[in-house]
Parts: sequence; structure tokens; C-alpha cells
Amino acid sequence: MNTEKLTSSVKGLVKSFGLPRIIIALFLLVLFILAPFVGVNVGTSLSDTLNRFGMNAVMVLAMVPMIHSGCGLNFGLPLGIIAGLLGATISLQVNIPGPTSFLLAMLFATPFAVILGWGYGQLLNRVKGGEMMIATYVGFSSVAFMCIMWLLLPFSNPTMVWGYSGSGLRTTISVEGYYLHVLNDLLSIRLSDHLLIPTGMILFFALLAFIIWAFLHTKTGTAMTAVGSNPVFARASGINVDKVRTLSVVMSTWLGAMGILVYQQSFGFIQLYMGPFYMALPAVSAILIGGASVNKASILNVVVGTFLFQGIVTMTPSVMNSMIHTDMSEVIRIVVSNGMILYALTRKTEAVR
Amino acid sequence: MTLHMTKTQKVLRFMGNNTVPILFLIICAFGIPLSGYSANYLVSEVVVRIARNSFLIVSLLIPILAGMGLNFGMTLGAMAGQIGLIFISDWGIAGIPGILLAMIISTPISILLGWWCGKILNLAKGREMVTSYIIGFFMNGIYQLIVLYGMGAIIPIRSNALVLPRGYGIRNTVNLIGIRKSLDNLLTVRIFGVPVPLVTFAVIALLCIFVLWFKKTKLGQDMRAVGQDMEVARAAGIRVEHTRIVSIVISTVFAGYGMILYLQNIGTLNTYNSHMQIGMFSVAALLVGGATVAKANIRNVFLGVILFHLMFIVSPMAGKNLIGQAQLGEYFRVFVSYGVITISLVLYEVRKKRDQGLAGLVLAAEQEETV
Repeated sequence: MNTEKLTSSVKGLVKSFGLPRIIIALFLLVLFILAPFVGVNVGTSLSDTLNRFGMNAVMVLAMVPMIHSGCGLNFGLPLGIIAGLLGATISLQVNIPGPTSFLLAMLFATPFAVILGWGYGQLLNRVKGGEMMIATYVGFSSVAFMCIMWLLLPFSNPTMVWGYSGSGLRTTISVEGYYLHVLNDLLSIRLSDHLLIPTGMILFFALLAFIIWAFLHTKTGTAMTAVGSNPVFARASGINVDKVRTLSVVMSTWLGAMGILVYQQSFGFIQLYMGPFYMALPAVSAILIGGASVNKASILNVVVGTFLFQGIVTMTPSVMNSMIHTDMSEVIRIVVSNGMILYALTRKTEAVR
Repeated sequence: MTLHMTKTQKVLRFMGNNTVPILFLIICAFGIPLSGYSANYLVSEVVVRIARNSFLIVSLLIPILAGMGLNFGMTLGAMAGQIGLIFISDWGIAGIPGILLAMIISTPISILLGWWCGKILNLAKGREMVTSYIIGFFMNGIYQLIVLYGMGAIIPIRSNALVLPRGYGIRNTVNLIGIRKSLDNLLTVRIFGVPVPLVTFAVIALLCIFVLWFKKTKLGQDMRAVGQDMEVARAAGIRVEHTRIVSIVISTVFAGYGMILYLQNIGTLNTYNSHMQIGMFSVAALLVGGATVAKANIRNVFLGVILFHLMFIVSPMAGKNLIGQAQLGEYFRVFVSYGVITISLVLYEVRKKRDQGLAGLVLAAEQEETV
């Protein structure tokens, strides 16, 4: 009797947490346990994981508003990233060194994110039901369009443009001297030689996450959740569905823009041209690994998912490499992340929309 | 009883239904003079591209018939075709026998992958396209696992020209010298100085005839019924899930053959890249030809290949002559490829809504008449 109860409760736990998540979490745990035996420093690994967590978490957070309003997974994240890139490049063009440039980049990125997000939201309102495929291709075509723009826009800061022609932006631009590590080094705590906690970056994410969490509990936020879970009911209770959806898309786009800025300050480079092309997939699969589904997501999903996903991305190369002397991490990353998206897309309960 | 339309409305509707081809005609009309290429060069290039790509694009038609949208999972077939090509290169079988053997090897792999893909798409009804798109990425991971780590280690590959120096895994590029253009060069006729590979065209024509015939068979009609309305089809006794799986299997197998024909024309295999782009280019070309997510025919395929590849050929040169940067033209054609798919997908969704509205109007008009 007692064991029956236990198995059923375990089954319930497995069901609520999802089998793929458990497998991924166990896999990560095994990697961390194995690490010291194959000569990989756990401190360094943990520090790398935390660093990557901070770099990517905001972009994963950018999934939340759109999932809440029923727009599905934001495969159009590159659009937000482009707003961020415009902010970054304009900030470098203004050429004010130091941390101020980061604030400027955020400031310049915002209007682009709002305008692009608004247009993107209007588009998605016209294609309800087919958002995800169209979002994917909006992302792709905007990246391709910006490839042309990066060549033509009249930027002139010598650190950014091609040296020999004097025009057209480089494919990667260093942010050294501008906002390299502004958040990473802010209040950072060094626990040991190998373990460094990038406090500022994590605090920045926590701040944004708190704002989104608080927003989702306001009246407009509740309306957003209502639109996502039942648009007909939401309309009946007097919510302007299209307006709420547009707002959610603008928020997602803006978060995407902030996300890439946080990423750049830690990574050290602005990646233009085809750089943002495939950035949506890791973010999408991260939030799904965290337990979100196509129409349900919380801040906890973001935190858990980003940690698990980035943990695997950090740990597999180092551990696998020292174990079997082959770097299979790329393959594992592709299979895990896309497998997770497939799993989410094929859940029956969500397929009826 | 239909709604009466004025002439201008009809013209507008025609324009609305053919936005993408008209847009492309305009781009080509500007691009061709700018590029400065001779007509002869352009025609012969386009003929080469028709021979190279049509087979792949035709493979997209059957899932559209079954209402499953654009099969981005055709990359699965392309992978199967490439695996076939890797084996025949290893065994050193050249010429037509090599091509045939590669096709034979690819068939069971394609069937298996297509069946699996169809199964998954049945779990994701209503979002087949995005799912098939992700399936392509997922299988790319498995493909890399097999080709980059399995081949030479578990699957025996002897040729040193194929295996990486570390002892296992296939090199980034595989030279397909044995089968290079062996089908194209079998029988070439020069028409006004333009070489036309007759056998390849005959193979493509055969496939087109097959597709036309297939649409008239019982299975083809079942697919059309499933594509129109799954519930009605089920009520009529059609095995909906099975029919959908069969449509994907057929598409995947043809995509595999198409990839083999494509690569025999190119002559080198980019082991880890060739298959990833082919899905996007084929889909874009089909849409440029005026196909939609719900409706496509042979005419769309050929119009699409011609228009899309004309743009592809002229844009780098046009970009160079216009702004002085060939790079710009290359980015432009990438942008246009993705833009076309975006516009087509958006138009399809918008049109679906408009037609629903129109159906409502027709119904209202009918009821008014009876009253």
C-alpha cells in the first residue's frame, strides 16, 4: 500500500517535472560528479556555467511575455537582437568610453526595439495560429536585411569599420574600452582562484526578471495571461486582445535587445551580419528545458532552464574531451536542444489551438 | 451563388494571388540589365539550374497536397541521399551504376526517416511546418553523429580520401569525381549554343508525370481529401494518419533522389552543409513560382526555378555594378530568399482569414435570397 502510494507520487512528480527535464538534469549532475575524476576543475566549470547563465538568461527571459500572451515560442528573437545591435553600434559611434556607453547602448536600443516590436506584433496579430513559423522567418529575413544595412549605414568609428575601405561595419567589433565586463566586474565575488561569481550580471538579470514577474501580476499582466490561455474568454471579458498581444511582443523584443547587450559585455564582441541568425534556438530550448510549454512559462522556468542548458553546453566539451578525447559536445548540443523543442511541439494538450 | 466581382476587383485579386511572382519579375527586370550578363549566358545558366534543382522541388508537392504545408523535413531525404553517395564513393563505383546504387542505398534510409518524421508530424497537427523545420535540425545532429563519429569507426569506410586523418569521420568535402555530371553528359544536345542535358530532363519529366498520375490515384485523392478537411476524410473512412505518413515518406524518398541528382551536377559534396541549405532554397523557389502553403503544382516548380535562379545569378553582379560591392548582392539574394518565404507564409495566413470571411459573405447572400 505504502509503496504504491510512493510510486504514484513519484510518477506524479515525474509527470509534473517532465521526463526529458529529469534526464537532462541527471545528465548534468553526472557530468559534475565525473568532472573531478577526469581532471576538470569543478570551480572553473561552475564559474563558467554561472557566467554563461548570466550571458544568456535575459534572452531566455525574452520568451516569457510572448508565451504568456499566446504568441508561442519567440523564434523571432533575432529581431530583438538587431535592435540591441543597433543600440550597441550607435553607442560606439557616439564614442563615449567606459560604462556610460552601456547605458547609452540600452538607451539607443530601446526606441528600435519598441518600433520593430510594434510592427512585428501587428504582423503576428494578422497571422494568429501560424505565429511560430512566421516568427522564424521574420527573424531570418530581418537578419539578412540588416546584413545589407551594416554594409551601407554611415558608421565611421575606426574601431568598427573595415580598415582598408573605411566603410561598412566589421563582422566582429570589440567592445574593449567601452563596456567590456561592466556588469561582470560589478560587485563580482572571487571565492577561490577558479570560482568567480559575476554578481552584477546576475543582479541585472534578477532585476529584469523581477520587473517581468511584477508586471505579470499587475492588471495588464493578468490580462496577458488571460489572452494566452483563452483568447475568446479574454475578448468576452472586455480585453483588447490585439493590443495586449502587441504589448507582449514589444516587451519580448525589448528584452531580446537587452539580452544581446548583456551577452556582448561579457563576451567582449559585437557580432554582426549572420551572428544573430541561430540565436533564437538555444534560447527557445533553454526555456523549454526549464519546464515551459508552448503556452505556459514562468520566471522559474527561465532560471532552471538556462542553468541546465548552459550547464550542459559548458560541461560536455570539457568532460567529454578529457574522457574520450573527442569533442562531441556540438552534436550533443544540437540533439538536446532541438529534441527538446520537438518534444514541446508534439505535446497533445497544446496541439489544439 | 457566388459574389459578383467587377473587373478591377478581378485584376486586384489576380495581383493579390500572384504577389510573389510579380515581385520577382520586377526584381529580375531591374537586375538583368544591371548585371550586364549576355542572354546566352543567362539562358544556359538557367537551364543548368533547372536540371539541377527541379527534382528536389517537385518532391515538395505531395505533402502540400496532403495539407501538411511545406515539407522542411526534406533535408532528411537529402541526408539519406548523401549517405548513399558517401558509400558509393568509398566503394569506387562510378558513372550511372554509381548513381543508381546511391539511390538504392538512400531509399530504405529515406523511408525510415520519412516514416519517423510523419509519425512526429501526426503528433503536431496544425503546426507541421515549424515541427518539420525543427526535425531537420534535430536529424542534422544525428547525421553528424553518424557521419562525423560513426563512419570509419563503426561503419567501415576504407578510402583514405574520405576519412579524416584522425582515422574516423568523413572529410568536410567529398569529391564525387566518379559520378560527376555522368547523368547530365549522357546525352547533351546543343540548342542555339545552349547545352541541354536531355537525360536529366527526361528523368525530371518522368517524375512530373508520376506526380500528375499520382494525384489521380485512389491514394492521391485520399491525400487531397485529408488536405481539405481531416475530420471529413476520417468520417469518409480514410486512414488520415496513415495517408499523411505516406505523403511524407514519398516526399523524403524523392528528396533523396533529388539530392543525388543535384550533387552529381555539382560534383562535390559538402558533407556537413549541403543538406542544410537545400530545404530553404527549394522551398523559396517553389514559393517564387506562385505556390502557396496549401496549393502547388508543376507549373509553380518550373516558373519558380527560373525566376528564383535568375535572381540568384544576377544579384551579385548587379550589386557590384550598382554599389561597387559584390558582397552586397550576395546578402541581397539571401535576404530575398528568406523574405519571399516570409511574405508567402504571411499572405497564406491572411488569405486564409479573408477566405473565411468571404465564405461567410457568400453564406449570408444565399440566406438573403432564400428569404
